[in-house]
Amino acid sequence: MQSLGINVLFEGINLQRLFGGLLVTVEIAFFSIAIGSLLGILMGLIRTSKSKTICFVCRIYLEVFRIIPILVWLFIAYFGVTRMFDIHVSGEVVAVVVFSLWGAAEMGDIVRGALESLPRHQMESGKALGLSSLGVYRYILIPQAIRRMLPGAINLATRMVKTTSLVVMIGVIDVVKVGQQIIELSTLRIPTAAFWIYGFIFILYFIICYPLAKWSKKLEMKWES
Amino acid sequence: MANKENNPVLLEVKNLYKEYDGRAALDNIDLSIHKGEVVVVLGPSGCGKSTLLRCLNGLEMIQGGDIIFYGESLTGKDVQWQEIRQKIGMVFQNYDLFPHMTVIENILLGPEKVQSRDRNEIMQQATQLLDRVGLLDRKDAYPRQLSGGQKQRIAIVRALCMNPEIMLFDEVTAALDPEMVREVLDVILGLAKQGMTMVIVTHEMGFARLVADRIVFVDFGKVCEIGSPDEFFTNPKTERTRQFLNIFQY
Repeated sequence: MQSLGINVLFEGINLQRLFGGLLVTVEIAFFSIAIGSLLGILMGLIRTSKSKTICFVCRIYLEVFRIIPILVWLFIAYFGVTRMFDIHVSGEVVAVVVFSLWGAAEMGDIVRGALESLPRHQMESGKALGLSSLGVYRYILIPQAIRRMLPGAINLATRMVKTTSLVVMIGVIDVVKVGQQIIELSTLRIPTAAFWIYGFIFILYFIICYPLAKWSKKLEMKWES
Repeated sequence: MANKENNPVLLEVKNLYKEYDGRAALDNIDLSIHKGEVVVVLGPSGCGKSTLLRCLNGLEMIQGGDIIFYGESLTGKDVQWQEIRQKIGMVFQNYDLFPHMTVIENILLGPEKVQSRDRNEIMQQATQLLDRVGLLDRKDAYPRQLSGGQKQRIAIVRALCMNPEIMLFDEVTAALDPEMVREVLDVILGLAKQGMTMVIVTHEMGFARLVADRIVFVDFGKVCEIGSPDEFFTNPKTERTRQFLNIFQY
């Protein structure tokens, strides 16, 4: 059997379990990216505000998420906050909350950067046409900012997909955890199981992240021509 | 140019005062612009010409005096700038087209989203104006596919499509290749002949003399001299004006 280690993938319901785990990974990533992006855009708009206090608070928020490892955030939220306030939520929900807050901080910075990189006279010529501030943002600044921030945003999305693998640490059974379970069960019979299982997971992550990168390239090309 | 002094006053600046960080940028400016009149503002760089223009459509706040448009004051907090700016068109020095929109989308944005006008009707007007500036065939081009002179002509069309009562031109040829200056100035001259009220800030002396009904010479934030172009260029009243004009003559 040793020569056919790849069979470990097809034994019993292993494949089904791996895809089940993948679904958990994708779910957490999807909701985190969606919520994080929305909050991040809001955050980016707020950060272009002239108020020094608002900018300072947002800045602290961003730095706090950058400096403290996401794993520590997951622990604080899952073992700390939930116990402290006696809230009963699943690890998945905690993961989505933590990743969304992290995504919002990083996304906010990307949006702010994109908005601030636009020439000031774009705002002025919009106003000179009689557009309101809201109109200037809606028709002129945000469409241009989206084009500029896309590479950074996609990069963040793929980083978020990859970082979801940390949820194992708060007891969520994602694709990596399922893989570990299968390996533990079969490694005595099939010593190369780890290679095949992790290799398969490697391909799964690639299948999720590669289209994202490809899609952003395509949009960039489209907008450039 | 015919005498337009008897036309009603469209825009009036009274004792305007504007400062940046405690330094006066404009001081005690008085100026009346009559309907159909072309006023050219001249002066050395940094004298406040552009600032004056930007005050007229509320891009800069003023700290004293008053600006009166159609009998209504444009100072105070409850000025409806979005309404006013539709009537005061402005073209800037930097090509200010929106790069993510085609020429025609640039032109339609204001009339459609701000004035909520009928698309067909705007299209008709836009087509006519584009034809007049010789750029009808570029209506689906993106700004980056246009030369500087073409961009400025489009920016003028975009402002005109709002049907403004008055047009402000802020050194619209200053950033252009010399070869392209003429095509833009020709468009402005055409507008003057049609009776458009305009305030023009420029460094093109020959053009100023040709297009202006009145020249306003500004230095250190103050009006030094106001007069007809002939008077101004041949017989300037102040020593400062003479110095300024000398710089432009080799």
